[in-house]
Amino acid sequence: MKTATAGRAAVPAGPNPGILPQRKPTLWQTVVKDFRRNKYKYLIILPVLVFFIIFAYKPMYGILIAFKQYKPTKGIWGSPWVGLENFRRFFSDIYFFRILRNTFLISLYGILFGFPVPILFALLLNEIRSDRFKKTIQTASYLPHFISTVIICAMLREFTYSDGLINDIIAAFGGQRVTFLQFSRYFRTIYIASDIWQGFGWSSIIYLAALTSVDQEQYEAARIDGAGRLRQAVSITIPGILPTIVMLFILRMGSILGVGNEKILLLYNPRTYETADVISTYTYRQGLESMDFSYSTAIGLFNSLINIVFLLSTNVISKKYTEIGLF
Amino acid sequence: MIRRSNGERLFDALNAVFMLFVIFVTVYPFWYLICASFSKNYLLVAHDGLLFWPQGFSLGAYKATVTYPLLITGYRNIFLILILALPYNLIMTLFAGYFMAAKNMLFKKPIVFLLLFTMFFGGGLIPSYLNMRELGLYNNIWALVIPTGCSVYNSIIVKTAIEGVPDSLFESAYIDGANDLYVLFRIVAHLIMPTLAVMVLYYGVGHWNSWFPAMIYITDNEKLPLQAVLRAILIANSDTLNKVNVESDIVDDFSETIKYSIIVIGTLPILVSYPFLQKYFVKGVMIGAIKG
Repeated sequence: MKTATAGRAAVPAGPNPGILPQRKPTLWQTVVKDFRRNKYKYLIILPVLVFFIIFAYKPMYGILIAFKQYKPTKGIWGSPWVGLENFRRFFSDIYFFRILRNTFLISLYGILFGFPVPILFALLLNEIRSDRFKKTIQTASYLPHFISTVIICAMLREFTYSDGLINDIIAAFGGQRVTFLQFSRYFRTIYIASDIWQGFGWSSIIYLAALTSVDQEQYEAARIDGAGRLRQAVSITIPGILPTIVMLFILRMGSILGVGNEKILLLYNPRTYETADVISTYTYRQGLESMDFSYSTAIGLFNSLINIVFLLSTNVISKKYTEIGLF
Repeated sequence: MIRRSNGERLFDALNAVFMLFVIFVTVYPFWYLICASFSKNYLLVAHDGLLFWPQGFSLGAYKATVTYPLLITGYRNIFLILILALPYNLIMTLFAGYFMAAKNMLFKKPIVFLLLFTMFFGGGLIPSYLNMRELGLYNNIWALVIPTGCSVYNSIIVKTAIEGVPDSLFESAYIDGANDLYVLFRIVAHLIMPTLAVMVLYYGVGHWNSWFPAMIYITDNEKLPLQAVLRAILIANSDTLNKVNVESDIVDDFSETIKYSIIVIGTLPILVSYPFLQKYFVKGVMIGAIKG
């Protein structure tokens, strides 16, 4: 085993293939040797690379049309350049502010109300003593995660009709029946509440995993010192899972303008655009309903660039203050 | 058992009640769907509030829905997609994961970077759409298979599993003259079988639940997979319901129950298999979490 490692160490592996090795083999010889030894590894990555080039990198080339006036007859390269015209148009779009605000607010409220729920749920679940009861709760709470968005949205529609289940319950308590999905003021509430319902159980798994790795001896010590369970939760459990919380928080912050369009497309209608229309749904309508390809691509590009900026900056901030980061 | 104070006992009781409420909130909506779908329509319309049992009992809604041509083709198409896509997804993910787990390769870093970069940046909706049209995948069921190839996230899970295989196994296989293909298929694949099973489930549920690509790439209704059909019927119902040739009196007879029966038919495979498969999904999350 020693010799094998030594033999491999002679190859200048990793980031600087451009630097000439100090010893005898030339760069070319090193490359040939690497390919000969790893030929099957390169062979199996080939289809994967082809896949990513065709379905990920080729569309990136298509982003060029954000700077052009795309004409299907002329293709991506042949269409005339317009510089930043599409972006200028977007920034002066009457809906620019609205979709930016909606995207931001849906995300922000989602974090504000949605982020703590799985943590609290995991902490409470952790206090359940019976393992069988715990398992049952977990099985039940993960279920909505596996139901398709289409079904969830169809259920939401049925339940929020004026004679639907939710309105029946409201009426039973003496409230007014409201067809919630027809009013823009309820949209965010429905969107976020259903998101929480769908995801809290599943998102709690990662916290539950973190909880199991908290040192059990600390609890013993705390108990001997007379600390109650609340005290134990505050002083041991929460600090124990804090790194996990911070890590997931960074990920969440990084996608603050990355609200997906699937669920909104299934739930909104022109009457609720005022609060429901987000960047990704606007991109969809401009692109595939109005067929304004260049404009839609420009909006999409703007959105992904903002997302990357957010991800990188939350990462930097977090690294500075908590020394936890993604990269 | 350690003795508990009164406060703790109260907390435990409230916590248990709260958890029962959680179970109710997550499971009951599905029970409601099932009850509503088997109810007699006029009784269901007249009924207000929670349902714990069907109102009357009628299979009428199901008899009307199982003959929907689009539901039949929808089921057929999704199974076709699963059969075509799952082996392909699995092999691509295994390849990517094996490569990512490999050591001492000159060009590993730039290649892995190429894969990871796509997690954070992509062409976006329209460039992908144009790409699919250019590739001739528009209105073609392969449009729902080929582009699903390999998810980087899943590849990382597989990579993590492969890294758990002891180095000595690789070394002794190499010494015995085995090449990487042999090691991958004959040794590694067997050892990480549980992870691969999780991958099949992840990709499977992903395909089952996917509807957006079908909506934008498939124009013929007979080529739509189930969830896209459900969207057409339940969400964008207007014109598609007519194309389905539902006689108006059927819709009248089952105006409410028919929607619930369609939802149940669309969810049944998940609801039935979920309790058995649940633990494997959780396992997948755990493997993914270790990496983070």
